[in-house]
This record gives sequence, C-alpha cells and structure tokens, in this order.
Amino acid sequence: MIYLDNAATSFPKPSFVKQAVIDAMDNIGSDGRGAHEMTLKASRIVYSTRQNIAKLFNADVMRVCFTLNATMALNTAILGLINENDHIITSVQEHNSVLRPLYKTGADLTFLPIDEKGNVKIDMINQSIKPNTKAVILSHISNVTGNVIDIKRVGQFCKEHNLYFIVDAAQSAGVFDIDMKSMNISVLCFTGHKGLLGVQGTGGLCVAKDIEINPLVVGGSGVHSFSQTHPEDYPTRLEAGTLNAHGLSGLNASVKWLNENGLASLREKETNLARLFYNELCKIPDIKIYGDVLAQNHGAIVSINIADEDAGVVSDALYQNFGICTRAGAHCAPLIHKAFGTDKQGMVRFSFSHQNTEDEIIKTVQAIKQLVN
Amino acid sequence: MIKRNKKEWLIVTFHTTAAAFQMESMAKNMGFEGRIIPVPREISAGCGLAWRDEKDKQDEIKKCLENQNIEYEKLILLTI
Repeated sequence: MIYLDNAATSFPKPSFVKQAVIDAMDNIGSDGRGAHEMTLKASRIVYSTRQNIAKLFNADVMRVCFTLNATMALNTAILGLINENDHIITSVQEHNSVLRPLYKTGADLTFLPIDEKGNVKIDMINQSIKPNTKAVILSHISNVTGNVIDIKRVGQFCKEHNLYFIVDAAQSAGVFDIDMKSMNISVLCFTGHKGLLGVQGTGGLCVAKDIEINPLVVGGSGVHSFSQTHPEDYPTRLEAGTLNAHGLSGLNASVKWLNENGLASLREKETNLARLFYNELCKIPDIKIYGDVLAQNHGAIVSINIADEDAGVVSDALYQNFGICTRAGAHCAPLIHKAFGTDKQGMVRFSFSHQNTEDEIIKTVQAIKQLVN
Repeated sequence: MIKRNKKEWLIVTFHTTAAAFQMESMAKNMGFEGRIIPVPREISAGCGLAWRDEKDKQDEIKKCLENQNIEYEKLILLTI
C-alpha cells in the first residue's frame, strides 16, 4: 500500500504519538474536573499542549482553545464573530467548513477569484472592501491545489484596515511556519491530525488579544457551577464539556516534537516529493495538473485528471490495481471546482508527507502511465 | 465535619481551571511547594480549582502572578 492521502489525515502516526495516547489512557482522569492526582495529570497534559501549540504559532497560551477539529474551530470563529449585517471577504478556494458557516450567518460575501494556476487573487482584496467589511477569511493552503496564500501580506492589509483576519490552517499547521502576532492573525483554526501528526478528534483555535468570540457551545466548565451563563474567560469560554485529553496527549507529543525539530526539513522533503511527482507527470500525455506546484511555497498536494475520465474511476483503479491511496471528487471545496470547470469530473488528489519516499512516487507515476496506456 | 487538622493557608482562585495549571506550571519553575485543591466553599460555591500555599508566600506569589500575567480571581488567607 502506498498512502498518498495525507491531506485527509497524516499516516502513519509517529510511534511517540501512539505511546502518548496509550500512556494517557493508562494514567489520567478527566481534565479540570477535580483535584485528585488522576485529574491533575490530565490537566497538566492539556496545559502542556496549550503551551506547545502557543509556542508553535506564537499565540497566547490562555487563548489556545481546543475543539474536535478544524471545522468546529471555524464554525466557532465564524458564527461567533459574524452576523448578517457584516460583509466578509473570502475566496473561491475555501472548504465547506468555511463556506457553510459563512452562508449560515447570512452575511454579504465577496469571493476572491483564482488565476489559471489556482492562485487566489489577493490583490483584489483592496477593491472588495465595503463600509461594513468585518473580516477576511482565507485558507492558508488550498486542500485541492496545495497553493499557498501569503498570509503575512493579507494580515498586514487587515491590520491597516482594521479587519479581523481568520485563517483556516487545516492544511498548513505543522507544515508552514505561522506566527499569529507578526502575521496579524485574529483567529487561527487548526486540526491536530494532519500536518500536526496527532490523532483525529483534536484541533482548536488560537484567538488574538481583545477578540471576544461568542461561544458556539456552552455547558460544563469545571468552574462556577451555579452561574446560569458559561464563563467568559479564555480558554474555558470556548471549551464546554470534557476535552479529548487522551487525543491531546498525542497532539502534545507531536507538537513538542515539531517544535524541537522545526518544520523546514519536513516541508522540504514533502515539497520535493510533490515536485518530483509533478515533473514526472508532465512527461505523460493526457494528464491535466491543477495548481501552482512549482511555486516557491506550495503544499505537498498535486491534483490531476486523466483526459476526461471520472476522477472517482481513476482513484478507484489506483487503489484496486496498485494499492495507491488517493482521494477523488470535489474535496468539499465546490467553488474552486466551478472555477476550474471540474465540478462534474472532480479531481484525483495526491497528497504527500515527509514520511513518503521517492520510490513510492516513482511507483505511482508508473501506475498512472499504465492507466493512461 | 470530618477530622482534619486545620491551619491558615494562602488560597488563590482563578476564573478558569486552565489558569490554575498556568499557576502550577509557574510554581514549579519558581520553587513554590503548594498544590491545587478544590475551591473552598468559603470562597466560591460550585466546582473549581484553587492554589493552596504557605501563608507567608503571599507577597512573593502575588508578585509572580502579576509579573507573569497570570489572571487570578482572589488571593486570600483562609483557615481550612
């Protein structure tokens, strides 16, 4: 089996992540719900995870709030900050985890278009501003093309125009360096199980100073039981109910490792694999490649089609005939498919990690050659 | 009443349980020897966590909390 679906979830999980989850299941109680040693151990792991996440993103440790995934983080940020009277600037490359909450707010939406290589035209942000523009919401890396947005530049623009800047880092957390403060990010939404190498059911949002998000979920908080309202202080403000401390134990181990190791060497390896794959595919007739794969900054994602064949058929053949795991379809990003004209055909997405090898890339190219012939 | 020796302690309470662990982490680095306890009912009804330490550490702990921007609710002496 060759696993090329790392944009869906990274695989395999590092052994130290698995061990950390097992250790947690063997040793901890419930976070923040008592003062005996079992529960204290759970809370220490959760707090340590906050510290490691805060270090990775240069965030305020007490404003790192954990959720189940990036979708829940994005819903929390969008539904908790935006209402129907607001105007929002976003883009056609967004995932449904951004689009659907935005549609739900009833806000006026402007979608930045893409160029022929799939790059979002961020130069058009300036002309898109209206008197009631409240926020710019963008994914750092497209989950379809792997194209990267210059979020530092957008953040500077948002700072100059006093706009919130909400970043969907589902594909970039743990891959590209993100500095909330120097990039002027208001809310950074991430998942734990992709580039951060943790387990599913972990994610969160880091909230900048002075931004008060109306919570999506309220309930158990471990404090002030007799109050009719949920505590307003971060991180509890956005963390009703028992956290996934077992999962966070794994995330803590992986983010600690990423902080120690740095992201550059891992990113370089997977980017080189994506470029190798791209360059080899360019030699094969009838392959259509989407995205700006050779750009200086690019996520390790390459989406393709073979002539006019249904992407689902190609993906299925790759697995059934060659054991190669890819994802087909629209990838929950409908607007970018409309922009590329692939809403019916879909795309076959190959997403690499630093754990893949050149040998796997060559075998995959050979498999595609066989399918084309 | 259960049988337990009482004495006067320094008690620090917080708005969130996360802040209690921020305190614990700081205390470990600074060499304070207190510990986290359930919030005494004299301070706040309902669940929650507080930091309990020797009462003579009051000034030192207050200074550390402020230096490190750890948000606390109350810092009092209490016999429990």
